[in-house]
Amino acid sequence: MKRLAPFLVGLLFGLGLCLSGMTNPAKVLAFLDLAGAWDPSLAFVMLGAIAVAFVGFRVARARGRTVSGAPLDWPTAKAIDGSVIGGSLLFGVGWGLVGLCPGPAIADVGFLDGRAALFVAAMAAGMAIVAVWPAIRAGAPATAALEDG
Amino acid sequence: MTIDWTHFTPVPALTGGALIGLAAVGLMLANGRILGASGLLGGLIPPRAGDWRWRTQAIAGLIVAPFLARLLFDAPSPAIAAGPATLIAGGLLVGFGTRLANGCTSGHGVCGLARLSPRSLAATLAFMAAGFAAVFVVRHGL
Repeated sequence: MKRLAPFLVGLLFGLGLCLSGMTNPAKVLAFLDLAGAWDPSLAFVMLGAIAVAFVGFRVARARGRTVSGAPLDWPTAKAIDGSVIGGSLLFGVGWGLVGLCPGPAIADVGFLDGRAALFVAAMAAGMAIVAVWPAIRAGAPATAALEDG
Repeated sequence: MTIDWTHFTPVPALTGGALIGLAAVGLMLANGRILGASGLLGGLIPPRAGDWRWRTQAIAGLIVAPFLARLLFDAPSPAIAAGPATLIAGGLLVGFGTRLANGCTSGHGVCGLARLSPRSLAATLAFMAAGFAAVFVVRHGL
């Protein structure tokens, strides 16, 4: 089960994105357009996801182990610094320009959408810049150890 | 503020959101990892021994999902309005920014807030504010 679990998790994640409307940039932009005809749906996506994860993470934390007995890798980074704020601001601008964040962008490739594929390629290039330039991460090691996701 | 009631879909939004939450809990219980789309892909650039298989699998699941979604419910193809230059600029900003911040809408916005992480709350407030501001500038000018 552990071998197949990441695929099933990705599938479930993608189904949730498709059902919720997150894969449709027009809907995302309608949520981000507070001054226009505002579609509050995506607030409900966050609400549903956070509520389930809040309870599920408490169960996982209480268990303290994965189903196969391995330790849980909770994020350890706590600093609210220039990297997390500046990076999030840049991300938000890109999100607002196109209406795609990383999960829906990857899922939209599955709709065989060429524009989504171009966006994901540019996104991977942006990630590669951070990967080859660890100094910009304010001294944080370029490893997965501090990863939040 | 005018609410667009005709396009407001609270039930699919909540249900879809719950599935996203379930996926996050599933990955923690099965593999002990936080579910974050930017981290899934970013962790493959470059790939590391012993770490790439689960990431590739999860990304494959994400890409297969629309095929299954279309069998299960009405899942319209995305209508991406942005042109090539905007797609490239937006993609670069999203990729660079999410790696710098170590998370995106899923890693910080869903998992981080569900863990009550102040760092993820700060990240979420920042990308939401920037998203609102970018759309305001693009659609309504300054």
